[in-house]
Amino acid sequence: MDLNEIKIKLKSKSVGIAGCGGLGSNCAVALARVGVGQLIVVDFDIIEQSNLNRQYYFFSQIGRKKCFALKENIEKINSNVDVIAFDKRIDRKSVIELFKNCDIIVEAFDIAEMKQMLIETVLSEMPGKPIVSGLGIAGFGENNIIRTEKIGNLYICGDRQKEISDDLPPLAPRVGIVANMQANQVLEILLSDSK
Amino acid sequence: MKIIINNREEIIDYETLSLTELLEVKNFTFKMLVTKVNGKLIKKDERKTTIIRKGDNIAVIHMISGG
Repeated sequence: MDLNEIKIKLKSKSVGIAGCGGLGSNCAVALARVGVGQLIVVDFDIIEQSNLNRQYYFFSQIGRKKCFALKENIEKINSNVDVIAFDKRIDRKSVIELFKNCDIIVEAFDIAEMKQMLIETVLSEMPGKPIVSGLGIAGFGENNIIRTEKIGNLYICGDRQKEISDDLPPLAPRVGIVANMQANQVLEILLSDSK
Repeated sequence: MKIIINNREEIIDYETLSLTELLEVKNFTFKMLVTKVNGKLIKKDERKTTIIRKGDNIAVIHMISGG
């Protein structure tokens, strides 16, 4: 598949991004660069200075809503992408409403409870919908324990063990690796789709 | 009986047990888990009543904070 064929195929695709922090902002930017036609980005949070060590925002955007700042940043990179931003706290009910028309959902939350809620809701209420989750991004180094696993329609990217703590902060390189692995997995699914 | 947990074949000393009991026996003490049995999602409140049988394929996925 050459670059033009890839572009044409991705143009008609829609990807939902649940959470616009380290995983979500970087994954969305990668998908925008390659030309996914529509991105639905959802987050309720605002940008803090401490986020800038890994999240795709700028100093001048501190205090702004992540979802709207991300839309703005993506449009500066690729104005052909239709970015729909929702300033919203996602719950079991809204998952379906927000993402029902997406080809794939990217789980990009930071808190384990939210990850569980989203994965369980998608697997039980949205049969057949692929979900690409990021599990285990904390700290630095140990490239080779980061991996991908497919369990039915659930794809997991990450080291599967390192939880954030005072001694294991989230940092740009590892978060970026996993965010881009998620984007890479999304591409593989979208481009192998015969539709 | 012989079962599969996270793609690994394991033999456990039970004829039958619930998913909750299996998680205890196998020391899955992590608080935040997603569990599947034979490809079907089993939510937390269904684990007690979900009976594991010979040959079942169980996935236990740890929810790791950070993102």
